[in-house]
Formats: sequence, C-alpha cells, structure tokens
Amino acid sequence: MKSALKKKLFVTAVALSFALTVPVATIAGDTIKFGVAGAQSGDLASYGIPTVKAAELVVAAYNAKGGINGKKIELLIEDDVCKPEVATNTATKLVTDGVDVVLGHICSGATKAALPIYKEAGVVVMSPSATNPGLTQSGDYPNFFRTIASDDAQAKTEVDFAINVIGAKKIAVIHDKGDYGKGLAEFAKTFVEQSGKAEVVLFEGVTPGAVDYTAIVQKIKRKGADTVIFGGYHPEASKIVSMMKKKRMNLNFISDDGVKDDTFIKVAGKNAEGVYASGPQDNSTNPVSIAAIAAHKEAYNEDPGAFYENAYSAALALLNAIEKAGSTDMAAIVKALQNEKVETPVGNINFDAKGDAVGVGFAMYQVRDGKYVEVK
Amino acid sequence: MFPLKELKRSALIALWFAFLTFPIMVIKVDPIERTVEWRWDNMFFIALGSFVISILSKVYLIRKERRAGRKKGNRSITEPFMQRILREPRFLYPLSLAVLVFALSFPYLFSTYQTNIMTTALMYVVLGLGLNIVVGVAGLLDLGYVAFYAVGAYSYALLNMHFNMGFWAVLPIGGLFAAFLGILLGFPVLRLRGDYLAIVTLGFGEIIRLILENWNDFSQGPSGIANIARPGFFGMDMSFAGGITYIYYLVVGLVIVTIFVVNRLQNSRLGRAWLALREDEIACQAMGIDKTKTKLVAFSLGAFWAGLVGVIFAAKTTFVNPASFTFLESAIILSIVVLGGMGSIVGVIFGALILILMPEYLRALSEYRMLAFGGILVVMMVFRPEGLISNVRRSYQFKKQSSGQASDRS
Amino acid sequence: MDYFIELFFGGLTRGSIYALIALGYTMVYGIIGLINFAHGEIYMIGAFTSFIVATVLSIYGFPVLAIVVIAGLAAAVWSASYGFTIEKLAYRPLRKAPRLAPLISAIGMSIFLQNYVLLAQTSDFLPFPALIPEFAFMEPVAHIVGSSDLVILVTTALVMIGLTFLIKFTKIGKAMRATAQDKTMAVLVGINVDRVISATFIIGSALAAIGGLLIASHIGQINFYIGFIAGIKAFTAAVLGGIGSIPGAVLGSLVLGLTESFATGYVSSDYEDVFAFSLLVLILIFKPSGLLGKAETKKV
Repeated sequence: MKSALKKKLFVTAVALSFALTVPVATIAGDTIKFGVAGAQSGDLASYGIPTVKAAELVVAAYNAKGGINGKKIELLIEDDVCKPEVATNTATKLVTDGVDVVLGHICSGATKAALPIYKEAGVVVMSPSATNPGLTQSGDYPNFFRTIASDDAQAKTEVDFAINVIGAKKIAVIHDKGDYGKGLAEFAKTFVEQSGKAEVVLFEGVTPGAVDYTAIVQKIKRKGADTVIFGGYHPEASKIVSMMKKKRMNLNFISDDGVKDDTFIKVAGKNAEGVYASGPQDNSTNPVSIAAIAAHKEAYNEDPGAFYENAYSAALALLNAIEKAGSTDMAAIVKALQNEKVETPVGNINFDAKGDAVGVGFAMYQVRDGKYVEVK
Repeated sequence: MFPLKELKRSALIALWFAFLTFPIMVIKVDPIERTVEWRWDNMFFIALGSFVISILSKVYLIRKERRAGRKKGNRSITEPFMQRILREPRFLYPLSLAVLVFALSFPYLFSTYQTNIMTTALMYVVLGLGLNIVVGVAGLLDLGYVAFYAVGAYSYALLNMHFNMGFWAVLPIGGLFAAFLGILLGFPVLRLRGDYLAIVTLGFGEIIRLILENWNDFSQGPSGIANIARPGFFGMDMSFAGGITYIYYLVVGLVIVTIFVVNRLQNSRLGRAWLALREDEIACQAMGIDKTKTKLVAFSLGAFWAGLVGVIFAAKTTFVNPASFTFLESAIILSIVVLGGMGSIVGVIFGALILILMPEYLRALSEYRMLAFGGILVVMMVFRPEGLISNVRRSYQFKKQSSGQASDRS
Repeated sequence: MDYFIELFFGGLTRGSIYALIALGYTMVYGIIGLINFAHGEIYMIGAFTSFIVATVLSIYGFPVLAIVVIAGLAAAVWSASYGFTIEKLAYRPLRKAPRLAPLISAIGMSIFLQNYVLLAQTSDFLPFPALIPEFAFMEPVAHIVGSSDLVILVTTALVMIGLTFLIKFTKIGKAMRATAQDKTMAVLVGINVDRVISATFIIGSALAAIGGLLIASHIGQINFYIGFIAGIKAFTAAVLGGIGSIPGAVLGSLVLGLTESFATGYVSSDYEDVFAFSLLVLILIFKPSGLLGKAETKKV
C-alpha cells in the first residue's frame, strides 16, 4: 500500500516537473514580436552579443516614440551558440512564441539550419553577419535578407585590391578552416586564378586556437609569397601577423571583415601596422552611424563590438519595413524591404530580389598609427 | 546546534575562496586604456556565498551521518527506492504504461517548441543507450563516440544530396556504415587498455571531424550541407509543425525499440560476456570467451545506434556541418551515461533528459547557463558518484536447498 | 636544409609548450589514474592571472624584470591554489567512486571554469604583454629561432631536470612514487597519501601556470577558451609518451610538436591534427602503453 502511494507520488512528481517546464503563456497583447537570435554564450559569444545590444537600443528608441502604428515592440532574445542543431530549437521556440520578424542568426551554418523553419512560418529573417553566398544566391530562402556583403563580393574586393593596387604576383591564401574563413578563401583563390595576373602559391587552413603558427608562417616564406590573403577572424590573424614579424618577414597581409575589428589592432599592437582589411564603407561621417555608436556608449559605457552597425541597420530596416507595410505579413514586409529605402548606419539601403542589401559599399582599409584608415 | 568550530571552519573557507578568486573576480584591467577596475564587491559576494554554501553542505553531511547511524541496524532496506519499483513487475508495468501514454500525448499537451526539444532529448536517450553498451556494459571507455554519430548524419546528407535517397532507405544504411566503421576502428585499438583506448577513440573522433572539415569535394567542408529532406510518410506533405510531431513519434518509436533491444542484449549470453569482460578480462579468457570478438561486437553495436540517430539528426535539422560533432558532444553523451548510472537503462534515460533539457530550461539564466551546467555536473557527481540510478549487480539467490546456505552472486 | 632546421626548431618550441602542460597531466594520472580534463583550464587561469598582474604592474610603472618575476610567481601561486581546491572539491570525495565519476566531474569542472573566467572577465581576446624581451644576441638567427622560443626551450629543459630531481631524490618525490605504485601499501608504510596527492596537484598546476605565462607571451593573446585546445593536445602528448611517465611526457610532446611542424611544412596544415592523432594511433598499436610507459603485466 505504501509503495503504491509512493509510486503515485513519483508519477505526480514527474508529471509536475514536466508541467513546470512549460513557459508561462505570454501576456496576450497587441505587440510586434521582434526576435533576436545568435550566439550569446560559448566561444563565439563575442560575435552575437553586440547584435542583442543593437536590437535593444533600436527597439527602445522606437518604443519611446510610441511604437509602430500604435503597437509596442517586444523583444524575444534567444541563444543558439552558433550551432545548427541548437539554432533549430531556437527558431522553433521563436516561431512558437509567435515572432513576427527575426534579427539573426549570427553564423551562416546556424542560419541555414534555422531558415526553413522561419520560411514555413512566414517569418522574415535578417542577418547582420551571415555571409555565406548560398543564403541569398540559391534562391531557396525568399524570407532571408542581410545587411552584410556576401563572401564572394568581399573576396572580389580583396583580390582586385591585391592585384591592381598593390600589384601582388604570388599570393598565399590562408584560412581558419571555418565556415566563413574557408568560404571566403575559396572565392579568393578562384578570383586570383581567373584574373591570370597573379598565382596562388599556397592554399591552406590553420587550426584555430593552436598554440603556435611557426610552421605555416615558414611555409609562406618558403613559397616566396609576396602577399597573404587571410580568411577568418582576428585572433588567428593577429597570431599569424605577429609570427611573421617575429620571423622578420615583410609581406602584404590582406584580410576580411572578421579582422576589420578594433580588437585586432588592440591585440596585435604594433604588428598590426600596415595590415589591409576589407570592410563596409567608412561610415564615420554618417550621422545615423554616429548616433548609433553614441547610443551604445551611453547605454553600456563601452565601444560597440563586432557587427554592431550591421545589426543596428538590420533592426532599423526591419522595423521601417513593418511600419511602411502597415502589417507583419511576410509578403508585405518583403515588398517594403525591396522598395523602401532606409537611412541606416551602413548607408541608405534597400534590398534586391535575392535579399542582399543594395547601397552597402565595400572599401579597403589599412592600419595606420593604430587605426583603420580607408585606402582610396 | 551548529558547533562553533564549524562556523570558524566555514569562515576560513570563505577567506580561502576570497583569496582564490581575487585576481579573476576582483581585478579587471583594460590593457589598451591602461586602466584598472577594482571590483571589491565581488569579493564580498564570493566570501559570503562560499560561507553559506560551506555551512549548508556541513549541515547536510551531519544529517547524512546521523541517518547512516540510524540505519546501521538493518542493512537490507538500503536498496534504493527506484530499483524496487523497477524490479517489481507489479509497479513496472503500470508505470511504463503511464510514461508511454504521457510520451504519446506529449505533442498534444505542449507546444511545438517543447516537442522539438523533447525530440532532441530523446535522440540523446538513444545515443546514451548506445554508448551505454560500450562504456557501461562492456567497460570500454570511448571518447570519440560522436564520430559514429557524424557518420550517420553525413551518410544521409550525402546520399540524399547525390542520389536523392529517402530517409527510410538511408536509416539502416547509416547505421550499418557506422557499425562497419566501428569494426574497422575496433580491430587495431581494442587491445589497448582503459585510458589508452580513451585517447585513441578521442583522436579518431577528431580525425573524422577534421576530414569532414577539410575534404571539400566530399563533404562540402565547413559550410555544410543544407536542404536535407525531412523524412517522408507515404509521400504525404507535412506542415512544419506536423513534421516535428512526426519526427517526435519516430524518435519515440526508436527509443522503445532501443530499450527493448538493449534490455534483451543485456540479458543475453553476449551481454553477460560483456559484463564479465568488464569485471575481469583474464578470467573471461580462461572461461573461453573470445575477447576480441566480444569487444568488437559491443563497439560496432554501440556505433550502430549512433549511426541511426545521426541519420535522424540530419533529417531533423535539415542541415549538417562538422561543427556539430566536436569532442564536447562526445563528452556530453558520456556524461549522460555516467550521470544516469552506468549500465542502467532507466538511469541513462533520466541522464539524457536532465542533461539535454537542462540547458534549454536554463535559458532563463541566460549567460550563467553553462556555468550552472558545469557546476551541476560536478555537484551531481560528488553527491551521487554511482549515478542517479545505480545499476544493481545481477545476483542469484539459492532458495533453501540443503541447509539454507548463504546466497551467491555471479 | 634551412627550411628543415626552421621547421625543426618550430616543432621543438611547440613540443616544449605541450610538455609544460603535459607534465601536469602525467603526474596526476600517475598518482591517481585520473584524466584531469580541468588541467587545461588551470593553464588558462595561470595565463589570465599573469596577464592581470602584469598589466596592473605595468600600469603602476614597475620595471620589466620585476613584472616578469611577480607575474610568474602570482600565476604559479594562484594556479596551484586552484589545482589544490579543485582536487579537494571535485576529486577527493570521488576517490573511492566508480572510475568514470571523477572523469565526468573533471569535464564539468572544465566547463565551469571556462564560463567562470568568461563571466568574470570577458569573452574577447586580450593582448598579452610581451614579457619576454627580444635579446640582442639572438638577432642574427631571429628568423629561425626567436627569443621567446629560446626561453621556452630553456625553461622546459630546466623544469624537466628539476622535476626529475624532485621525484628521484627528495622525500616527497619518493612518497609520490610509492603512492603511484600502490596506494594502500603507501598508507601502510606511513605516507600521508592525501598530502601527496595535494602536492602533485600543486606542482602540476604551478607548471601549467608557468606554461601559461610563456605561451601567452609567445603568441601574444589570451581568452577563456585557450585551455581546452592546448589541454587536449598536451594530453595526447602525455599518452603518446606513456602516461604516468615524466620523461615520457616530454618525449611525447616533442615528438608530437615535431610531427605537427613537419606535417605542416612538407604536407599541409589542413591535416596537421590528423597527422598528430594518426601518429598516436600508430604508436599505440605497436607500443600499447606509449613510448616510455611501462608495459603492465597483470598477475593473476
């Protein structure tokens, strides 16, 4: 008898523990649900957190003005750790919570995994940082937009610059074996080969986080490269650049948006001098950009992190489209995104039929005296 | 009451932690601006926190001792409550039925999101049960289990992409590929002992991941394979929510099959050979058990389940890339097995549900999520080192034969 | 030939780096048979502590030499304290538990420490001050062997010699060897096993901290995640050399470092780690207890 009671208790406990896990139903109300998804923990957290901050600031500004068409905007922030399998959970959670538009995801892989779910639910997604060309060019995802240039556009800028401006003849293409870095490096390799004016003497990946890059640097030297094009993020770039300086090598080092980050200059110090990186057009005179950065400094008392401006722009573009469309219907928002131009920190933009931003310029920068300066 | 001596001890512990965490918690430097921030309030919280925790744990220990002291007289009822339930068919059958009914009605009771993460958790139940064959039953420490998972996932992704093969056709193929790879790897390495085997399997797991990452022509490299078909159901077109529910039932089915098979296996001749091998290899060989063959079967069977789940994983996320198959994943599956209780099927189920659902529900803690996860793992191990539900050693009792001699165990 | 020499020295440096971490793994394993997955995190904490202390001191205008010494000492002291505390909290209660319980506890500890540093400090990469100066006398060969490579090589050699001396000739060393051989027996002859194990953790952690300081200074940056990757590699090296054996850990690390360097130099860095792990598998197939590990024969 006693055991039977215990069993009952046990079953109740199990049932209860499951029941407790069901989130309390969101307070019903007429709000626009603005989802933010990306890495907020784990080793890639530093690329996702600035996007959350951008969304918070933009939404707060809109709500202070009374929202859109009388509706307040509600933020739903979810972490996907940049992992595809977690991203599907995140996306399902957002869709279940009735999200209207999503700002995210941060990594291309996670974005690819999550997009079919949003597409099915008719949710417009805009990423500040997913650069994989297939996301827009494949035509698979009519609900996807982004405020960052795709890998191939960026690689093209870099290669043109290397060949035409600095006159590179022998190029070593190095990448970090990652989704972003390797994709970019492969486009760079193809473009160099197509140009016929320079040759790729080395195409290899380095292991991110490895304790030492001496061997690969020596290999670059042995292959007689005069220019290195690196696809990847700033930690590896600064290790390679520093190692090259240590080995008394003076090559041109060209890299990408993942390196055009002030942290790179901070970490690499004086070794960073002379490094080239491609990045979105210089916005330092753009009033929207100045306001966005000032807002961040005021709210968090520090400089914004990676992809902050892209995220800020994406949030503005999404909310503007909802406002202009007058509804949160996917077709209406898509139409508004394509036709209505909007002032953002990355320029006066709208989107093409595939989902890439029109009006976001790309430029080359060089580190001079501890600052990225645009190279004309 | 609480002795003063203990209070003093707790104060000392608090002092020690204040010292220990001093550089990391208190000082924050900005090497660029060259400024130092001294966060003394953190030190205060650490000291206070460790003081309270140390007192609480002491109270717990004193209580436990008292309880242990009281129980000393009659040892027979120390068998845990869970096991008694599991042993008695009278309780086991209604309970399983209740769980089954609950599992089947889950998608109707809860939201799509809940169903989705429950599917993930159940996938890890199967993974855990598969690894349990290798680690828990046969006693071979495998730190590269995720490799087989990856093989299953990529089998489906690639076969679907190149040959447009369907989910149901690939499901067994993925499992067999993984099992075959298990045999291939098993041959050279199974003569290694304990931790040497562990590191070799770890290396093997990394090798598979690195190949997937670097060999672009084969696997599309780090950018992964997208648009993998969801499983079909007699050609029916399903909505997104319907698809999730469908995969959920599919996984529930797989869990049931796995439990059934693993249970039968454990009670089979082979299962007993595994258990024996885990306890004493030399004695086993003396008894005529083919050591290599028995281990290989364990290894490849474990791999088979990982392959199956891999195929489902690919079908569920519709996207695979090598980033999903890191060492951390192997570590989590292993944690499921150990935390649940090595060799115990119910234990593994609980382990998987806890470890996989916990990070999802800890989302409320946002950035403290993984900190809590790591901490809970340590605390759980310290307080229940044999796992949540420890496996009972198989024992046989002589029922009063000649002179009522004592029981024996095998 | 020049290229070969460059790769050779590159490999030696890399191997020495692994060795400093691998020693801690192998010592702990030798004594209590535990793969201490949190050891990589101890190394990371050592690097962070020295980073914090060095930056604070340089802000207050201390001379370079003083900074190096104090930062090194601070890193060693705090890492040792962490090692000591972790052993007491997470491993000691599990001494009699099933074999895998401490392993999971170690994995949990590793995740915990990573996130602890992430939350208390930052997720960003931080520039590590170049504590090792560029020696003028190294300038002619700087393109082959840099000053920091030299310091790392010399330190590893010194540490290795010191450790061998400690284990062979001191009382605590003798107690360690006895504990490693047979814990019960060691207790019977009056060795305080708990204290020996604590000492092992303290020494191993202090070595990792020195490693952390040198490596971070060599590569010039740190973040909370550096321990994990370095830890796995060092662990591989320790197993390669025969886990539990101190010269084995150093030999294994050097072999691993050289293999990776030559594989990158002559084949491709794409498969650098594949080579490393394949070598491990190959060696273990032919020598199942590593290069210098003792073959275990079990008496029945």
